[in-house]
Amino acid sequence: MAKLNINGKAREVAVEDDTPLLWVLREQVGLTGTKYGCGVAQCGACSVHLNGQVVRSCSIPVGSLKPSDRVVTIEGLSRNASHVVQKAWAEVDVPQCGYCQSGQIMAAAALLSKNKKPTDADIDAAMTNICRCGTYQRIRAAVHRAAEMLAKAVA
Amino acid sequence: MKTINPGRRRFLVTSAAAGGGLAIGLPLTASSQGKAAEAGAEVNIWVVVKPDDTCVIRIARSEMGQGTRTGLAQLVAEELECDWKKVTTESITAGRNLASKRAWGEMGTGGSRGIRISQDYVRRGGAVARIMLVQAAANRWNVPASELTVADGVITHAPSKRRTTYGKVAADAAKLTPPDEKTIKLKDPRSWKVAGKPLKRLDTAEKLDGRQKYAIDLQFPGMLNAAIRQSPVFGGKLVSFDNAAIAKRPGVRGAVQVDDHTVAVVADTWWHAKTALDALPVVWDEGEGATQSSAKIAEHLASGLSAPNAYAGRSEGDALKAIEGAAKRVEAVYSTPFLAHATMEPMNCTARVTADRAEAWVPSQNAEASLAALSEVAGIPIAQCEVYRPDLGGGFGRRGGSQDYTRQAAAIAKQFPGVHVKLIWSREEDQAQDFYRPISQCKLSAGIDESGKLVGLHVRVSGQSINAFLNAAMVADGKDRRQLQGMWAEPGDAQLGYTVPNLLVEYAMRNTHVPVGPWRGVNTNQNGVYIECFIEECARAAGVDSLEFRRALMQKHPKHLAVLNAAAEKAGWGKPLPAGVHRGIAQFMGYGSYSAAVAEVSMVGGKVKVQRMVLALDCGHAVNPHQIAAQVEGSVAYGLSATFHGEMTVEAGRMRELNFHNYPILRLAEMPKVETVIVPSYDFWGGVGEPTICVVAPSVMNAVYAATGRPVRSLPMKNLGLI
Repeated sequence: MAKLNINGKAREVAVEDDTPLLWVLREQVGLTGTKYGCGVAQCGACSVHLNGQVVRSCSIPVGSLKPSDRVVTIEGLSRNASHVVQKAWAEVDVPQCGYCQSGQIMAAAALLSKNKKPTDADIDAAMTNICRCGTYQRIRAAVHRAAEMLAKAVA
Repeated sequence: MKTINPGRRRFLVTSAAAGGGLAIGLPLTASSQGKAAEAGAEVNIWVVVKPDDTCVIRIARSEMGQGTRTGLAQLVAEELECDWKKVTTESITAGRNLASKRAWGEMGTGGSRGIRISQDYVRRGGAVARIMLVQAAANRWNVPASELTVADGVITHAPSKRRTTYGKVAADAAKLTPPDEKTIKLKDPRSWKVAGKPLKRLDTAEKLDGRQKYAIDLQFPGMLNAAIRQSPVFGGKLVSFDNAAIAKRPGVRGAVQVDDHTVAVVADTWWHAKTALDALPVVWDEGEGATQSSAKIAEHLASGLSAPNAYAGRSEGDALKAIEGAAKRVEAVYSTPFLAHATMEPMNCTARVTADRAEAWVPSQNAEASLAALSEVAGIPIAQCEVYRPDLGGGFGRRGGSQDYTRQAAAIAKQFPGVHVKLIWSREEDQAQDFYRPISQCKLSAGIDESGKLVGLHVRVSGQSINAFLNAAMVADGKDRRQLQGMWAEPGDAQLGYTVPNLLVEYAMRNTHVPVGPWRGVNTNQNGVYIECFIEECARAAGVDSLEFRRALMQKHPKHLAVLNAAAEKAGWGKPLPAGVHRGIAQFMGYGSYSAAVAEVSMVGGKVKVQRMVLALDCGHAVNPHQIAAQVEGSVAYGLSATFHGEMTVEAGRMRELNFHNYPILRLAEMPKVETVIVPSYDFWGGVGEPTICVVAPSVMNAVYAATGRPVRSLPMKNLGLI
């Protein structure tokens, strides 16, 4: 039995402690926006926020989490896709197949929460998720666009 | 560019996901369309119009990221004259298409055919619906249809100043006899208002907040999950497995035999199934394949480079003699490896089989092949089967005709009657059991005369045949021209863009025990490398500029040449570059379209950094320039992955690269700036998803040659210390 806080809601799930957070989200909680891609923290399709940091949920045993740890998935990132990253993604028309995009968006949101105006080099370093369709050019443009939107919102 | 109100778009996309637009009496699909909301009138098989003027356009092809849904909808909408802001789409199921005698045509989505093969009948479908809707308004007002005009779904009778909308006349229109679609004159593409425009995709919103349901995400009440293992050595057999060893593990229902080389574990969750499978003792008969290795396969291929018997796909003049007598001779051997597709959504399929019905939910590039596979394995007549096809998390050729994972899901589900069983392959299984891009080598020889002209060219490809893997009898004589894709004489599909007076193009079939299949761009990938890198060697041997050397050979190929010139011009070929930056150029043809690229590369500490790539494409008609650019950018990423990192190697008969730690995929930091130049000539219909990949590797390889002074003759570059 694990006690979790997912998207602001307390959850109890009956699973073995070594079950990866990814599979708890997908199979126990029914949040399938977080994707399985590799299972070994290589591709980032399973990216979620844990206490505000982007992590690869396929490699986090659920038993290592405390009830106070805050897990946020793509479904809980914002209401009505209103996060600046989601808006920028829509404007730039980033996704192709879309399978990796939950993870890309979570990675970009985490980057912008720490760095309001990332350079290309910052984006290179932070955006390490795999996209097999090759949307990287548009991801880069959308991160810059999201940073612009953030700057305007503050101004 | 047409502007779209994001608020309105958002509403429509949401309503498309939530509700049907399905005509009354038709079965619902169980995909993301969900339950039907308000009914509409089916004007014809392509168009359903709802009372609120929403136009639901039916799509038969698979959407796997390439944008075919949006492009096909644009073509229908263009002729329909509806309001693009009110367009939603609905996917056709394979069973429904079959029951309707394939009214929606073929569903197979590969070979970059979605738009180019469907364009005529989907445009006619849109035009027929428009004519019926206008006629319905004319009948209501008792005026000749010729007095009516229509735009954005609003029908106007100017003389009487009356207006109505599609939603108001659709029910009447649906009762009319459709006109003969062959008599319809389609619009001149130069007057297009919706097609040909850089519109945003129709299916983006669901991909931004986790709502999009891929097949791997589907949940059904009481569903079981399956993890699978096939003989790691290709051709091996399953001997036994010890079910008792996992029987007490949590949630496990048991291990089952799937076929003669496959075992699966079925459990309440996939995580339980996967971990139990990892713990399951399995005995394999590995068979003869176990003695195979990459080194042995390379030897086998090398034997084909000089073997006396090869299939001469092209023989014009006397190449061997011309080369022999030339002032200067150039010779080189190239090689390219097996490649895995690595779609981000691993292979998966959910199936349910009862005594008299079988259903499958499958990410398929060929839903009709999925349906046939399901019926065959489930042992249920095809009319009692149905295949639902959620959008795919990538395809790239992996999810086409073979349908191995659909067969497996059906075989497992059959053993749990009435229960939905979801089979998911682990990434490791996905890497180990692919239909790989075939491995090959190529020996090229050229003769150059004293003036620097190419007078003879001999190309000998030796490697595995996709056709032989699919149907050995079809190419038993070794005459497999598909393996020479891109070097053909015939115009229109994959024609070599050069005229060489003495030309010999040969193929020596050298098959292996490794399964092979189409991989985005298929044989144009390696053939583009062979031809374009060797032409570069010839240009340098002749002492002629790379672009000028090619131009001289392309005077009888104006379309190839126009695209090459477009890429060169946009890239500023011949103009000075910053210190340390070098250019490479390539052109090639596949899937009915012409491609060219210029790459700009710098060497940082001996490692390749691609700074910029300019790609030019003539696909005839450009249905959506924004999505074409996305496909070109994607082809650069897929092509560079292979150029830098991609290689599947064989050890003891099995694949060695089983996850992304040793089968690295290009990441954002390695992605160059990509500029797309579309050169539409509007006199043919070419593909888009695949064509440009074939110029990615050779242009970069040629730029590295320029940078280092040494040709790159084998891929991936990581093996050469360049990455």
